[in-house]
Amino acid sequence: MDASAATSVEPVASGATSKPQRPWLRQRSGSVGERAIELGLAACSLVSIVVTIGIVVVLLYEASGFFAHVSLGEFLGDTMWTPTFTDNQHFGVWPLVVGTLMTATIAMSVALPFGLLAAIYLSEYAAPRTRRMLKPALELLAGVPTIVYGFFALTVVTPFLQGWLPELGGFNALSPGIVMGIMIIPMVSSLSEDAIYAVPDSIREAAYGLGASKLPTIFRVIVPSAWSGIAAAMTLAVSRAIGETMIVAIAAGQSNTLSFDPRGQTETMTAYIVRIAQGDLPTGSIGYQSIFAVGLVLFVMTLTMNLVSYRLSRKLRARNRT
Amino acid sequence: MRDTDVPAAKMSTRGLQAWFGKQQVLKGIDLDISARRVTAIIGPSGCGKSTFIRCLNRMHELIPGAGSSGTVTLDDANVYDPAVDPVMLRRRVGMVFQKPNPFPSMSIRDNVLAGLKLTKSLNKRRPAEVVEKALRQAALWDEVKDKLDKPGTSLSGGQQQRLCIARTLAVEPEVVLMDEPCSALDPIATARIEDLLHTLRDDYTIIIVTHNLQQATRVSQRTAFFLTGECVEYADTDRLFTSPGDRRTEDYITGKFG
Ligand SMILES: Nc1ncnc2c1ncn2[C@@H]1O[C@H](COP(=O)(O)OP(=O)(O)O)[C@@H](O)[C@H]1O
Ligand SMILES: [Mg+2]
Repeated sequence: MDASAATSVEPVASGATSKPQRPWLRQRSGSVGERAIELGLAACSLVSIVVTIGIVVVLLYEASGFFAHVSLGEFLGDTMWTPTFTDNQHFGVWPLVVGTLMTATIAMSVALPFGLLAAIYLSEYAAPRTRRMLKPALELLAGVPTIVYGFFALTVVTPFLQGWLPELGGFNALSPGIVMGIMIIPMVSSLSEDAIYAVPDSIREAAYGLGASKLPTIFRVIVPSAWSGIAAAMTLAVSRAIGETMIVAIAAGQSNTLSFDPRGQTETMTAYIVRIAQGDLPTGSIGYQSIFAVGLVLFVMTLTMNLVSYRLSRKLRARNRT
Repeated sequence: MRDTDVPAAKMSTRGLQAWFGKQQVLKGIDLDISARRVTAIIGPSGCGKSTFIRCLNRMHELIPGAGSSGTVTLDDANVYDPAVDPVMLRRRVGMVFQKPNPFPSMSIRDNVLAGLKLTKSLNKRRPAEVVEKALRQAALWDEVKDKLDKPGTSLSGGQQQRLCIARTLAVEPEVVLMDEPCSALDPIATARIEDLLHTLRDDYTIIIVTHNLQQATRVSQRTAFFLTGECVEYADTDRLFTSPGDRRTEDYITGKFG
């Protein structure tokens, strides 16, 4: 280094040697094998983008057929949803939206506290070995097919809850909501745990150095420091709850009218889509087209949640870097 | 003790040993830390300076696998006595870390109050007064008094470190441990913290680890030289740097190693 800096021609010479390096670097990926692999990889990522765009286009196209018959005002203004009736048809999407939000809220009120507490335990209390074993075990829960959860809600949880709440119907919002929450716990705890674990030890040390004990350190320093990551986990979980289908289709029942009672039957957007898609309504009928309008609402809702989650986790990453 | 004017010891260690797992990093340290003085700890990196001061407020034991033996006293009471709650000890022996570490979720004001809030000791005191006093003591008040609600992490590195000092002082500790508090700061920010140390030593017993020998001569009255887990020499700062009593101290301060 010193010697090269001493000779005045050196900068020019080093400039000259750095020039042929670039084409040489590019040539490497120019070899036929590498090029093919690169193209293959690009094609793979392109496929998922194209498919996504295709889904949106189909949704929009089919929904436009629905909105040719039904005004947006009726869709968002009416509180009855009976597109499959032969007479007295109503096209107000609210019963489905409320059903969806109600089951999702019940699910979140189960998943949020338990998921967060599990995450705190894993990150702050569990010994490294326990953590290494428990975390994958918990994540395994997410691999149970949702239909199993659905039957669990219908045949175990509902009868159990009826022992406490006699007025609870055989089909209701409460039981699938709770079971959905249980299903989402691993997701919430795993993502929250990542966020909590990522809080630098220097923050923990600062709190302990001030004479704080463990519990206030966790709840008033560490969890707030990880908040954007936890919030990102929560929004992803909400979006999962909104999109969940099998559990509610099996255990929540059907409903055409606006109801806020979790003890009675309710129908979510997803459950409605399944019911109609499995039925024998002719393609092109208004009932058939209605599932695409509902699908569009569902898509917009989950997309919004995922965008919020993405922005939150990006904020977290930006802050952890500093 | 040939040194003149040595006040009563605020903290003392006797035969202090420390380990990380099987690796012994302190091999029996005997040291008396004078009250209301700045004591500097110098030595090459890895010699156990941080571990030593972390034993003084029992932060060392928080690291999995870390252990220690020997005695550490604060006002003649053994801080490793089973009856002593380390949490209470740390309110009397505060700590400022190498890298500024303000709480990212808190405003400047809440950072200063954090120690009191986290230990539920804010009850009777007026928060606004506590905040102003601590920030003035840390020579940060004039720079932040108009933006107390901004996040603590929005400040510059030097300001963040002074915020961390204010946060430590707000708890009103008796001893303040500083682990290379200026190593992440530029010379101007460093000078401000050194000025600050001169004013703080009237009220606090300060122990500062530093790898900067000039800094030790500028801020401290007593200096301990550590080498591979032992305290080689401990004397008045002037004497240690002008006429070191040990060959290894001389080699280190003249830059022969480290
Ligand atoms: N968390 C830790 N785990 C294991 N060993 C450590 C840890 N921290 C420090 N050490 C080891 O202990 C010795 C002393 O470290 P430290 O007290 O940090 O030295 P200094 O502050 O003088 O640079 C070093 O050899 C270091 O590698
Ligand atoms: Mg150190």
